[in-house]
Amino acid sequence: MNNSDRETLLSIKDLEITFGSGNSKFVAVQDVNFDIFKGEIFSLVGESGSGKTTIGRAVLGINPTSNGQIIFEGKQINGKISSKEKFETERKIQMIFQDPSASLNERATIDYIISEGLYNYKLFKSEEERVNKVKEMLEAVGLLPEQLYRYPHEFSGGQRQRIGIARALIMNPDLVVADEPISALDMSIRAQVLNLLKKFQREQGITFLFVAHDLSVVRYISDRIAVIRAGRILELAETEELFKNPIHPYTKSLLSAIPIPDPRIAKSRKNIVYDPSIHDYSTKKPKFIEIKPGHFVYCNETEAEEYKRDLK
Amino acid sequence: MNDENILEVKNLNVSFRVRGSEIEAIHDISLNLKKHETLAIVGESGSGKSVLTKAFTGMLEQNGRISHGTIDYKGTRLSDLRVNKQWDKIRGKEIATIFQDPMTSLDPIHTIGSQISEVVVKHQKKTKKEAKKIAIDLMEKTGIPNAVKRYNEYPFEYSGGMRQRIVIAIALACRPEVLICDEPTTALDVTIQAQILDLIKELQEEYKFTIIFITHDLGVVASIADRIAVMYSGRIIEIGTCEEIFYDSRHPYTWNLLSSLPQLARKGEELKSIPGTPPSLYKKIVGDAFAPRNQYAMSVDFKAEPPMFKVTDTHYAKTWLLDKRAPKIQKPEVIQNLHQHMLEMTAEN
Repeated sequence: MNNSDRETLLSIKDLEITFGSGNSKFVAVQDVNFDIFKGEIFSLVGESGSGKTTIGRAVLGINPTSNGQIIFEGKQINGKISSKEKFETERKIQMIFQDPSASLNERATIDYIISEGLYNYKLFKSEEERVNKVKEMLEAVGLLPEQLYRYPHEFSGGQRQRIGIARALIMNPDLVVADEPISALDMSIRAQVLNLLKKFQREQGITFLFVAHDLSVVRYISDRIAVIRAGRILELAETEELFKNPIHPYTKSLLSAIPIPDPRIAKSRKNIVYDPSIHDYSTKKPKFIEIKPGHFVYCNETEAEEYKRDLK
Repeated sequence: MNDENILEVKNLNVSFRVRGSEIEAIHDISLNLKKHETLAIVGESGSGKSVLTKAFTGMLEQNGRISHGTIDYKGTRLSDLRVNKQWDKIRGKEIATIFQDPMTSLDPIHTIGSQISEVVVKHQKKTKKEAKKIAIDLMEKTGIPNAVKRYNEYPFEYSGGMRQRIVIAIALACRPEVLICDEPTTALDVTIQAQILDLIKELQEEYKFTIIFITHDLGVVASIADRIAVMYSGRIIEIGTCEEIFYDSRHPYTWNLLSSLPQLARKGEELKSIPGTPPSLYKKIVGDAFAPRNQYAMSVDFKAEPPMFKVTDTHYAKTWLLDKRAPKIQKPEVIQNLHQHMLEMTAEN
């Protein structure tokens, strides 16, 4: 599909996020530009400290931004907005957390945990309707309605993550920010949770911003991927394009480091090490350039010409 | 003890006393570790992979004990050692462990250098001055740039990957024969993980130690292991060379693990997953532990525990499917051409 035909749900323009001030000021995220289309799974991939979670949290309104805009459904949602608008976007953008053992209230029943948002937004007319909604949601995430009055400690890690997903999705959100939702889970459980997220995308058209460090998982689940390093997005492309034709040297190094579960390939592979000093940005400043349609790379004009030449 | 082996485990059971009942974390494990090999132990959390290796160094928790079987290391019966004084001759010196989290393995109030040379002074009986030289040498070997200067720095000044290098340097300072790596790269980023794995391989080349590598990441296993043992609820359910496990596995649990690799999923199709969850250890397991989740389970799987069936001299699997009377079952289609598929996935980049 041509990207210009697609409806943009979230648009991030020149985003900058800083922590601290004066001498201890730290720029965590800068020059970040990307759009998320309606109904897609968009992944932000980077190593620890790259700023991927910070961007996710800014979208949720948890981290204040210092510059740039976050536009959701045509309206700016960062900076100064009225509390009424904030209340409304908080329902439309939900979050799934990384650690299912730390993100559920241990003293509340599953019924309450999943309904909390419904209570806050009064999204039901009668008690019966609320219970029915919660039961439907439980079934949709693969849990049983009779588990409704149990407590989080009675569930395994994979089941807890299902509860976390149910809690987010019962709000009928347009966008779900999923911050490493499967890194704390075991491998056989990961597949179950990934399938579940895919199912909600397919059946309900929910858009996901998926924050992750594991490229092999991201390849399976996402439509488009942005690679982030040291607060800057270095490359953005459709998933298969990024894996087949990585352009930025950092992306190449990241791809070469994914462990391949095949002994013959794994034992003969060489790591590519990324050296950030190869970029000479002293005269020409880098920016986000579209090298191929839909494939963006952070580079200066000299590099862009080289990259384009290498394509042919 | 066989000369080729450095460690022999026979019919080992490890149990823990929890809330008045005895639960069995390791069940009837027999295992030989060959000199200079890298054996990977793969399994999900709770499968007992860490407990097994803790039994090799006498580091089981207070409520845990070896309830049956033996562990032999170069003529010493480890399973008979009781007091810490006896263990001191083995632990760290002969069998050293690297843990998952480099953030908590180092002492935050002592310098990096002093933590390495302390071990050298204690175990190799060197003077402080000699120890410092050895420590700096080890730091250089493990890839710390500017080691002389960084000798006097504290752990908080090091990144996660650098700290794991130091943990490796400390483990190697006493020249152990066996190095147990308990998920050493799980907390690290992929690019750093790749560097640490390369480092461990290089150091093994040089120092000729034997590695037991615990992980749940099949990608890491493929790059480092000579042999693989797959664990499920306290049992080794399949063991073989790296190629045998990846290309010719026989146990349905191994099939399931391989099938759920995200690399094998085709766009638009569901990822293969294993239904259900591992069994609770509070209940006694009857029959094959994997039977309730096993789509190929036969009635015998719910009644009798399968023995280790021999596939080749190096390859064994604990499943009734290998019995002569069992129906012939093909492994799932997705993993039949695993190598071909992975080649296609990686060829493009």
